[in-house]
Amino acid sequence: MSQKSILLDHGSGGLASQELIGDLFLKYLDNPILNDLEDSAILDNSQGKLAFTTDSYVVDPIFFPGGDIGKLAVHGTINDLAMRGAVPKYLSLGLILEEGLDFETLEKVIISIADASKEAGVPIVTGDTKVVPKGKGDKIFINTAGIGFLPEGISISSKNARAGDKVIISGTLGDHGITIMTRRAGITMEGKLESDTMPLHTLVAKLVANFPEDLKTLRDPTRGGVATSLNEIAANSGLAIELEEESLPIRPQVRAACEILGLEPLYLANEGKCLVIVSGDKAKAVLELMHSTKEGKEATIIGTLTDGKSGRVTINTPVGGARVVTPLHGEPLPRIC
Amino acid sequence: MKHLDEFRDASLAKPLVAKLEKAVTKPLRVMEICGSHTMAIFRNGIRSILPEGLQLISGPGCPVCVTSAPHMDAFIAMADMPGIRVAIFGDLFRVPGTKGSLSNASSRGAKVDVVYSPMDALQIAKNNPSEHVVFLGVGFETTTPGIAATILAAKNDNVKNFSVFSTQKTMGPPMKALLSDPDLKIDGLLCPGHVSSIIGAKFWEPLAADYKLACVVAGFETADLLNALILLARQVATEDFKVENTYTRAVSYEGNARAMKMVDEIFEPADMNWRGLGVIPNSGLKIREKYADFDAEVKFDITLPEVDEAKGCMCGQILKGLNIPPECPLFAKRCTPANPIGPCMVSSEGTCAAYHKYGL
Repeated sequence: MSQKSILLDHGSGGLASQELIGDLFLKYLDNPILNDLEDSAILDNSQGKLAFTTDSYVVDPIFFPGGDIGKLAVHGTINDLAMRGAVPKYLSLGLILEEGLDFETLEKVIISIADASKEAGVPIVTGDTKVVPKGKGDKIFINTAGIGFLPEGISISSKNARAGDKVIISGTLGDHGITIMTRRAGITMEGKLESDTMPLHTLVAKLVANFPEDLKTLRDPTRGGVATSLNEIAANSGLAIELEEESLPIRPQVRAACEILGLEPLYLANEGKCLVIVSGDKAKAVLELMHSTKEGKEATIIGTLTDGKSGRVTINTPVGGARVVTPLHGEPLPRIC
Repeated sequence: MKHLDEFRDASLAKPLVAKLEKAVTKPLRVMEICGSHTMAIFRNGIRSILPEGLQLISGPGCPVCVTSAPHMDAFIAMADMPGIRVAIFGDLFRVPGTKGSLSNASSRGAKVDVVYSPMDALQIAKNNPSEHVVFLGVGFETTTPGIAATILAAKNDNVKNFSVFSTQKTMGPPMKALLSDPDLKIDGLLCPGHVSSIIGAKFWEPLAADYKLACVVAGFETADLLNALILLARQVATEDFKVENTYTRAVSYEGNARAMKMVDEIFEPADMNWRGLGVIPNSGLKIREKYADFDAEVKFDITLPEVDEAKGCMCGQILKGLNIPPECPLFAKRCTPANPIGPCMVSSEGTCAAYHKYGL
């Protein structure tokens, strides 16, 4: 298959489309619901509330250290469901392929999607493929939607945060964003830069089970980074957030790359991290639980919610000063010098 | 990280804050010339802990901010030309001219590449022989040697489809123009670290002597900045005006002679239009005739359009340190990082962007 590439025919719905589905998609993604190949998937009804989300993935490059666009498409949507406390159950997979994409590349992405979906225990139950003429797309774009079940009595929302609650980040900042940016820039650093992409639903399930009352808000700080997510939480809760700069967990190689490119780790995307807002008196216990998991072994308390000016996020600097942390405006652009 | 963490160390920084308070015995106004200093001061929360009596004024050292509107318009017109692709440093992308930005040009199909070094632009030219790549040169002494080296490499490799549109600027003439302004009352200069690594600490000596100014060359970390402010306050207190260099890990007294020689080989001084400051004689660098094959202005016979700068925008006053951003009627209202009107809001190093992003 390595010599072949995607033709407009593969998106026609005709024979070539069927071959693509049979030879590639079902080979790797197979499960009883998807194998039906009906126009829609029929799912078991849940007892309680459903969580439903969708996200599109257009990352360039499509393969990067620590992951690829396929893994990201599975993890990202699973994490969006998990951030409301839901248990992810089903995913859809929409592919937009550029004419001329070689089969080998597509197969690598599909295998990665299959692996990620199996590891997470969340099947792809329905899908669609379109092919656009060369130059009208960029290799491959993916959309995944996801459905999850919400456990009884669980309410996770940024509106639930209260003054005195603590802000925990499940691990280091900016690994994914800086990996992509340095790849684009062709910069290689000492020390490994790797995307942090991973599913967080297992960690969330443990938090929900152990701290159903004290777990207020969950947010995965993807595009816009921790700074933007915390601004959203502050705005939605009507509270202020005070961060401690010295407590922010940042890998030395990420910090070094940020210095070179003139970027701030607070604004870089993360794909395997969550912000956890918990009652102040339970913060230590939550942290201990997180440290016992692989997703949260580097979790750190980075700040506190306060009654200060509504919607404002500030950070205390090591020198004893303070500054405002605004949300991201536009794409982060590297500085001139 | 070596040479970084130790200069951000709180245990080092806190005693320096106490020392700074002691050192400021009479009111002083210090201009930080360099945009990276402006950002570092805000980012590290230094502005919020300054002793009473010490006022910091942001100077004209953000290269994107001082790029004139006619130059921006010419850049955008160039990007719109068929067969041309322009290469830029990232923060030029959103800078507004009179009719949109390079970001707008890109959205209507112009080819705009963000590069990290002018050498990357040359590589793009080599990879795309059917297109002509123009590097839009914006910057001070820090970026000029890299551009000079790229032009030399292009000549050496006989690359025909690469040129540079130079708006490179030098620090001396605008500083003298500013310091001659009777409205501008400053006692000291926080001298730029990166620029000084090229031109040397000695460059500031005539300014210290002629204008009776305290001058300290500084790095960009908390301890660097606090240390420099202490020395500035002490010089003002004792009226012993001289140049002190606290950034010796990067800046020598003489500067980088090799880099300066390379710049001199490629460039010669020329009058330059600065946004907010107007045309300052011999404050720019144009490509020498010998290298005219690599001069986009000559190659494409560019004449700069006459334009009006945005109404109400106080960037000019702000670049001179005569006003602070919150005094501008557009600041944080019509002019925001998401929709910048003046250039000081566009660049992450611009004074307005720093105030908007970090101001408490």
